[in-house]
Amino acid sequence: MTEILSFNNVSFSYTPDNPELRNAVQDVSFSINEGEWIAIVGHNGSGKSTMVKLVCGLLFPQDGEVRVMRNVLTEENLWEVRSNIGMVFQNPDNQFVGATVQDDVAFALENSGVPYTEMVDRVHSSLAQVKMDKFLNHEPHHLSGGQKQRVAIAGALAMRPKLLILDEATSMLDPQGRDEVLKTVRALREEIGLTVLSITHDVEEALFADRVLFMNNGQKYAEGTPSEIFSLGDKLVEFGLELPFAMRMTKLFKDNGVLLEGQHMSEEELVNDLWTSNFNK
Amino acid sequence: MDIKLQQVSYAYSKGTPFEKYALFNVDLTIPHGTYQAIIGHTGSGKSTILQHFNGLLKPSEGQVHIGERVIVAGKKAKELKPVRQKVGIVFQFPEHQLFEETVLKDIMFGPMNFGVSEQVAEARARELIKLVGLPEDILNKSPFDLSGGQMRRVAIAGVLAMDPEVIVLDEPTAGLDPRGQKEIMDMFYNLHKERGLTTILVTHSMEDAARYADQIAIMHEGRCVLNGTPHEIFSDSDTLEKYRLELPHIVRFQRKIEQLMKKPLSKICLTEEELAAEVAHALREGRDAK
Ligand SMILES: Nc1ncnc2c1ncn2[C@@H]1O[C@H](COP(=O)(O)OP(=O)(O)OP(=O)(O)O)[C@@H](O)[C@H]1O
Ligand SMILES: Nc1ncnc2c1ncn2[C@@H]1O[C@H](COP(=O)(O)OP(=O)(O)OP(=O)(O)O)[C@@H](O)[C@H]1O
Ligand SMILES: [Mg+2]
Ligand SMILES: [Mg+2]
Repeated sequence: MTEILSFNNVSFSYTPDNPELRNAVQDVSFSINEGEWIAIVGHNGSGKSTMVKLVCGLLFPQDGEVRVMRNVLTEENLWEVRSNIGMVFQNPDNQFVGATVQDDVAFALENSGVPYTEMVDRVHSSLAQVKMDKFLNHEPHHLSGGQKQRVAIAGALAMRPKLLILDEATSMLDPQGRDEVLKTVRALREEIGLTVLSITHDVEEALFADRVLFMNNGQKYAEGTPSEIFSLGDKLVEFGLELPFAMRMTKLFKDNGVLLEGQHMSEEELVNDLWTSNFNK
Repeated sequence: MDIKLQQVSYAYSKGTPFEKYALFNVDLTIPHGTYQAIIGHTGSGKSTILQHFNGLLKPSEGQVHIGERVIVAGKKAKELKPVRQKVGIVFQFPEHQLFEETVLKDIMFGPMNFGVSEQVAEARARELIKLVGLPEDILNKSPFDLSGGQMRRVAIAGVLAMDPEVIVLDEPTAGLDPRGQKEIMDMFYNLHKERGLTTILVTHSMEDAARYADQIAIMHEGRCVLNGTPHEIFSDSDTLEKYRLELPHIVRFQRKIEQLMKKPLSKICLTEEELAAEVAHALREGRDAK
């Protein structure tokens, strides 16, 4: 297994000269292998976006080290490392650089020396993947919220990155749009072995991850498979999250006296249990 | 305060080569005290409509009634300040409405701009910051040194500080953690009930539209194509599909259960609590019948 990213005892503070304030990221360690899909969940202000900024070298840790493709990230190798990473920031407005949608998507490709004809091809195909190919000459800042997120996602896909980082990248998409984007990313993962690091408040999306990192107050509170993490139950709710739909419904059914055998994370399991416990008798 | 759009069309960059119509002949009446949701696909015109509710955008054609005020296409609209005081908008991107040096000043700006004393404005800010789930020490930070969800909460506090009669929310839960989403939506709902506000919610969450709204309007390619109660809107999945929308998760789940039971429940359930109770009831009846 090839390691793509690791944090080794990473700490970061935005206010290092004021030791009274807690670190935004406190002694965090984890590693991600090629082809994995990792979700990061956690309450507002728990340090998720700060971690992302540490991965792409917008910030550097005061303690510990960040390794990307097994190289410790430094000012010197920053640009080389970044060419392997596709980033979608929480607010797409902060990442637009081009005057038109197509210039914007082309920008990073041009910078990393992709030949012109290939560049044009990639720009068009990635915009088509997110259904924004009719907006080539629009100004990115003059799009609707969801359209902006789609363009930002196209920009990251066009890089053909090894590591794709999505920071709440689908928070303003309509439900269909969200499904489409996730499907596209899953397909790419099958096709080219893309590694995905997705920060999300959508617990249903986190259920699809291979592993979940659960952040609380800048620290990694827990790490595990979705079923390990969501069996933490009320702890999750205490720290700002919620349980997946099927678990919430299981509890409500039981509270209302509906017969059920187990705890269920997926809707399918719950429906099966409803069937065997109530109808198939 | 009733809000009424009559035959409203809106073009961005009107009269330039970039002219782009985003709304076409929209008619929509929102009576005082209504909780109105607006749903629709990406780019369907929801945010564009919202900005007409406090005169931030003026119709290219048609007219907008905001209580007593009428904004007519092509006519100068003077003195919109009173309208802006009564209609508070939480924008889709919180960064677009934060600008002061500190969070405290940011929340105080609105009320002070409308004549509230510094003392009262500060007291309000201290109260509101807690209401939106943030610690008081955040008041001294710059609003730009916050996480995404924290900014969202500050933007919401800033709008509440104006004590508006009409609250307009553009995807207010985007970026909030799940518990925050629920708490903030419940808070808006309680304010709506307690103070008899008019609340207008743009959302991609069919669940929130189902749970909170009295009326749901569907936008599609710049037109308002439907306006009905949640039960009307969510009992017609073909129409939703036509507009590239979907049923709330809870209703899709109800359909699955109905397949198991081989008969429909007595009503469409729009909340999880409702469905659990209804299924329990149907099962009990089924057992009793045996
Ligand atoms: N530029 C900054 N300057 C100072 N403090 C900051 C800055 N950006 C974030 N912080 C603080 O660091 C902490 C972690 O913020 P971060 O943005 O990493 O949170 P997050 O987990 O991404 O939250 P959210 O879910 O709200 O996006 C928060 O307490 C936040 O207030
Ligand atoms: N400033 C602008 N200049 C030109 N066109 C714009 C501008 N803002 C939005 N548009 C266009 O107007 C249409 C409607 O946009 P609007 O922002 O109202 O959509 P929306 O329904 O809010 O979508 P979303 O759910 O993605 O936020 C879109 O096609 C968009 O590209
Ligand atoms: Mg964040
Ligand atoms: Mg919008």
